[in-house]
Amino acid sequence: MKVINLDHISAKPLLPEVKKAMIEAIERDYHNPSSQHKSGEEAAAQLQNAREAAARLLNCKTPKEIVFTSGGTESVNHAIKGVAMANEDRGKHIITSNIEHNAVIRSLRRLKSAGFTVTSLAVDSEGRVKPKDVANAITKETILVSVMHSNNETGTIQPIEEIGKITREKRVIFHSDAVDSVGVLPMDVQALGVDLLSFAANTFYGPTGVGGLYVRRGTRIFPLLDGGVQENNKRAGAENLVGIIGAGKAAELAVRDMDQRLAHLRALKNRLITEFPKYIDEYIINTHPEYSLPNLVSISIKYIEGESVMLMLDDANIAVSTRSACATGSLRASHVLLSLGLSHADAQGTLVISFGIDNTEADIDTFLKALKEVVTTLRDISPLYQKASK
Amino acid sequence: MYNKTVMDHFRNPRNVGVIEDADGVGEVGNPLCGDMMTIYLKIKDEQIEDIKFQTFGCGSAIAVSSMITEIAKGKSLAEAKKLTNKDVAAALEGLPKNKLHCSNLGADALQLAIQDYEDRKAGVKRPQPIRKEKHEHSHGQKCYCPYCDIEILPDTTFCDACQSSLEEEH
Repeated sequence: MKVINLDHISAKPLLPEVKKAMIEAIERDYHNPSSQHKSGEEAAAQLQNAREAAARLLNCKTPKEIVFTSGGTESVNHAIKGVAMANEDRGKHIITSNIEHNAVIRSLRRLKSAGFTVTSLAVDSEGRVKPKDVANAITKETILVSVMHSNNETGTIQPIEEIGKITREKRVIFHSDAVDSVGVLPMDVQALGVDLLSFAANTFYGPTGVGGLYVRRGTRIFPLLDGGVQENNKRAGAENLVGIIGAGKAAELAVRDMDQRLAHLRALKNRLITEFPKYIDEYIINTHPEYSLPNLVSISIKYIEGESVMLMLDDANIAVSTRSACATGSLRASHVLLSLGLSHADAQGTLVISFGIDNTEADIDTFLKALKEVVTTLRDISPLYQKASK
Repeated sequence: MYNKTVMDHFRNPRNVGVIEDADGVGEVGNPLCGDMMTIYLKIKDEQIEDIKFQTFGCGSAIAVSSMITEIAKGKSLAEAKKLTNKDVAAALEGLPKNKLHCSNLGADALQLAIQDYEDRKAGVKRPQPIRKEKHEHSHGQKCYCPYCDIEILPDTTFCDACQSSLEEEH
């Protein structure tokens, strides 16, 4: 039976055009783009096409500002560790937020053990960093600010443009982890004022295992991987050309179809949020009403636990994601949800519903009907519901 | 992720509900994640005549609650007192390693319910304890992370496997 995918944040399907481009690339069996003979130049032309497509997606000044990587995680590691290593003679202080992805948190944890100091800023009750806090945290020692563009658990968008104005004025390097935004929202690195921006191709229906890092010309950064001079001397190793060709195609389609996709996703999100109260009571929406991704809604349903909901919906052939502590490796409540002020019990009931261009409004209705049954079943078992309704 | 027996008890939990005139009630909560389990007992001739549960928790927590009620039903109190969380995990034919400690609260809830019954009979009033994670679980000489049950070094403040900080428990 067909599974309704409402877990696009975990994986998005490849677009048919992307698949086709990648299969053609495999069949063409391109040579190494660094080789100077005809076969190498053919491959280099393909690589350049993909780079130009990615550069258009972000409004780069030149395609040279795009470094292809193995995905969002590598891009983030590269940005943070590469800037730290290249600038430690200037200072060893880095500023970030409390709601970053683990790629950022653990990269910074690594740097802390190498003698860097990190200031992690709290978010307000709506889940946003206050730009003023960034300005106040900057010292003479500050070399980098890293704040995510949109949060992968709540979809809430951060005030990157405002932070970008501050970092420019104070001449501090600014990185944004935009893995869940690039290809979904119109992104313009000039307007955002970032020096570095991480992205992943799967976010815009390209292959997993490919991503990129935007590096503004003139930014002091070391490579994460040392070796050859590929990627303008910023990322060594023969390129994953098949993947990069897929990413380039996906970027091209994202630019072409952006408006149409946005309208579709916004309609789905609107339907979910307006219909939800007709099916379920007592819940908290963790997604910012205004500043948020069009394709993701985080909802905490009271008195029940998310993994149970996810398993029961799976039985009904609906895939969703949960941020319940029980469903994480660490069995701890999500740091993002706790930062919003949610209680441990409320955080337990958190579902992340993320749609894609392949979803329909009928999918949302099917989901809500199934969810209503699941919530009723689980609340009947729940001692918390029993206590609350007494 | 879960085996067939666990999924069966999760999908079709046995003995769900509340016994309004229960002779003993046991409630355990895991303060870290917020999970909670309540067991109600009806005792006749020192035997568990009826048992029901309510649980707020993951798939494994629900399956564990269902299984403990199924095992305990009809047993004498003497027999029921011997039941441990290990017995429940074994009856479920195993739980994922990281769920062994956090969701396997069934026997604890049962023992509290039996104690509550005996206290009521003896006219003793005592506050029920909230379950608290100990910072290490010793199986033999080794130390294990309380969150994922992976072996850790005795003096560590950080579990490499699940990235949990263990400082606050020390």
